[in-house]
Amino acid sequence: MTKMPNYISTTNACKLCKPLGASLAFRGMEGTVPYLHGSQGCATYMRRYIISHFNEPIDIASSSLSEKHAVYGGAANLKLGLTNVTRKYQPQMIGIATTCLTETIGDDVPMIVKEYERETSATNRPLLVHVSTPSYSGTHMEGFHAAVTAAIDQLAQGPAVTNDTVNLLPGFVSSADYRYLAEIMADFGIPATMLPDLSTTLDGPALLEYEKIPGGGTPLASIRRMGGARATIEFGRTLGKTRTGATLLAEKFGAASHRLGLPIGISETDRFFAVLETLSGRPTPAKYQGERGRLVDAYVDGHKYGFGKKAIIYGEEDMVVGLTAFLAEIGVTPILCASGGRSGSMASAIAAATAGVLPEQPKVYEGMDFFDIAEEAENLGPDLLVGHSKGYPLARKLNIPLIRVGFPIHDRVGGQRILHLGYRGAQQLFDLVINSLIEKKQSDSPVGYSYM
Amino acid sequence: MEEIALAARETQIYRKGEKPFEITCNKDSLAGAVSQRACVFCGSRVVLYPIADALHLVHGPIGCAVYTWDIRGALSSGPELHRLSFSTDLQERDVIFGGEKKLEAALHELIDRHSPKAAFVYSTCIVGIIGDDLEAVCRRVTEQKGIPVIPVQSEGFKGNKRSGYKAACNAMFRLIGTGDTTGISKYSINILGDFNLAGEIWMVREYFRRMGVQVVANITGDGRIDDIRRAHGAALNVVQCSGATMDLANMMEEKYGTPSIRVSYFGIEDMSEALYDVARFFKDPEMLARTSELIKEEVQKIQPELQRYKKALTGKKAAIYVGGSFKAFSLVKAFRLIGMNVVMVGSQTGTKEDYEELAQITDPGTIIVDDSNPLELTSFLKEKEVDVFVGGVKERPIAYKLGVGFCDHNHERKEALAGFAGMLNFAREVYSSVMSPVWKFVPRKEKGNDQAL
Repeated sequence: MTKMPNYISTTNACKLCKPLGASLAFRGMEGTVPYLHGSQGCATYMRRYIISHFNEPIDIASSSLSEKHAVYGGAANLKLGLTNVTRKYQPQMIGIATTCLTETIGDDVPMIVKEYERETSATNRPLLVHVSTPSYSGTHMEGFHAAVTAAIDQLAQGPAVTNDTVNLLPGFVSSADYRYLAEIMADFGIPATMLPDLSTTLDGPALLEYEKIPGGGTPLASIRRMGGARATIEFGRTLGKTRTGATLLAEKFGAASHRLGLPIGISETDRFFAVLETLSGRPTPAKYQGERGRLVDAYVDGHKYGFGKKAIIYGEEDMVVGLTAFLAEIGVTPILCASGGRSGSMASAIAAATAGVLPEQPKVYEGMDFFDIAEEAENLGPDLLVGHSKGYPLARKLNIPLIRVGFPIHDRVGGQRILHLGYRGAQQLFDLVINSLIEKKQSDSPVGYSYM
Repeated sequence: MEEIALAARETQIYRKGEKPFEITCNKDSLAGAVSQRACVFCGSRVVLYPIADALHLVHGPIGCAVYTWDIRGALSSGPELHRLSFSTDLQERDVIFGGEKKLEAALHELIDRHSPKAAFVYSTCIVGIIGDDLEAVCRRVTEQKGIPVIPVQSEGFKGNKRSGYKAACNAMFRLIGTGDTTGISKYSINILGDFNLAGEIWMVREYFRRMGVQVVANITGDGRIDDIRRAHGAALNVVQCSGATMDLANMMEEKYGTPSIRVSYFGIEDMSEALYDVARFFKDPEMLARTSELIKEEVQKIQPELQRYKKALTGKKAAIYVGGSFKAFSLVKAFRLIGMNVVMVGSQTGTKEDYEELAQITDPGTIIVDDSNPLELTSFLKEKEVDVFVGGVKERPIAYKLGVGFCDHNHERKEALAGFAGMLNFAREVYSSVMSPVWKFVPRKEKGNDQAL
């Protein structure tokens, strides 16, 4: 559903641009340098934006196009850039994403890449994966998914023999989330290929020697074998009919596709674990049953603090859907779900994820910016905001808590360590939400209660 | 040993003492080299950003606007329109059919909503390609709305950050000369190239007030459109961060005869020199006496604490990588003041003259580098066993990953580092990073790895 009135201008956008998402996805592939075919500014701006969240180095190369290239085409600079990146980084792969500049001047990147491959020796040349990410269509999430899909499309090979692995395409979640997902798959005994994997590439240890490309990321050999996997799990209720990694793997190689919501909160996580039980033929390991049990116990202990509190949830569409499902099940009332994205399916996704829990569906608006959200908030009177850092000015104005989740977290440390997914993630989110509400009550109270 | 820099970049690195000074600079970034530079748009955006009562509309796809939302620590004493990120958020259909109509409608909508004193419309890469006529749109809206609506020709690919500074100066120059200059003192200046990060321009203005100097316009920290319109009435332009605003000073000199001086407000030495230069310009003995008194008083205030830091920091090594090299001069001196040695200094957009001057004031062995990148910077930090690295957000993780201290001296910072009090803050920042106990855990300082210490 699109909001009314629909302003022409955008103020304080609730979305980022497509190549940023692609750069992040490529960063989660082994030995890969993200590369933007465009002018120098794009890469630098995105690096700064990403660094402020992760506090980690992220090198994104650029064709550094100048005026003459805009007129005569950027092919020569793209090739020079690929050679220079190869020389300095010795990457296993370069993930090339386009920008609005190169899309508009009409550079045919697939053709230029083919030419480059013909002109250079294969011995020292990294794999080259390319994706079209014009910033004037879609958001960073579309860019992220497009890069994942491109990597699968261009690398995954047919099943010589169907192997026992399961592909897991989580979308863009935190480094802590990727780490936890890997742990879950291992505990179920399911050999998995998780694409991408930002668990160490954007949350690494202090080092003695600077790693040009940080270790970790989805092994390229595993991406190649994805065509032989028996199933693909893909998170993202709002992905709809777009061609994604999972649909591609199903089409090309017949891998069974399981499209699930981001497993945030008990209900959505139960759905994920049910699929894992089926795929593994095992019951949920005791460790996770324990996590779930403690989580239910915590829900009960804290339920009164949250009940009926009104929340505005904003950010990336699938993150909003998952968070809404979680908040609904702990008794918080979602009153507005907003995203800068325009998948067209956020409302139906929220209805499905909250079925049987919410007596009344919240307002769900796509194509929102923070001006729109603030305008809605005036009338809605929320008790808390749930989303990334960029909602802080609004939370401050309304004097209500902001629950920082998702990306970007630019005003706190540890954005990459926020765990959103699974029972363990829900436990952390629950404590965060309830404690924020208690803290608000406590600090607003004229009595200095030390028991709450 | 592996090469430090790509062959095409070797001439952009100079090591003092090895051979006579020679450096290449002011060229396009090398494709694939992972430059720390941004683009033309960035240059314009950072210069104009602090003008707080203007509407800053980015005409382009969403990225350019969203990555520059509330990006600077530039404070305002009044309106805060500059902290909002306005965009036309161009979509595919706009790229195909042109974005002029959308731009015009967006301008009307936003001007009606916010009643700004003026509007700046930034051109981005794509606008330069699809050929929207910004001049025409801006002219129409100026007539309809009765406020200056000024195009900023900042297409990202048309040069580097310096070209963006120039575009910003051109945009501001259109405003200058349109305001009433009555009542301006003969002892008056414009402050160019201070962006009021963490309230720095307020400190500097206070010094000038105590000297008896009137400030006509802040360009651009805590800037106001009406002040800029009457800036031509000031007797002198005092220019810091000359890369960004020197063009404006030159244009003003040519058209209005306003002379200018170059200054820096960083470090005791340069801050004092800046105030003395202004006092000397006005040739007023009483003002000179007041200035001298002011400096004495301010320096005395900070000396005791500064000496404590110096004692702890003496002999430690610093590396500097900043946007414009002019700031680097002050930093080299400021580090000397607290007993530290600068072993590497570089910038994104320095000129040959800047680098030559840096080569003169630094110690033998110092690395001087133009338009560097993470891999080069990393190797320099290691080679020189640096204790603290001064740069911006993009340089921070390079230092931290290797277990090297860091001081943010870029436009996002929230600490005032200019002026006398700022020198103390700077020393405190450096001290709090260098002296932190956390370093003892990092691999660089673990047993066996610490031969150099």
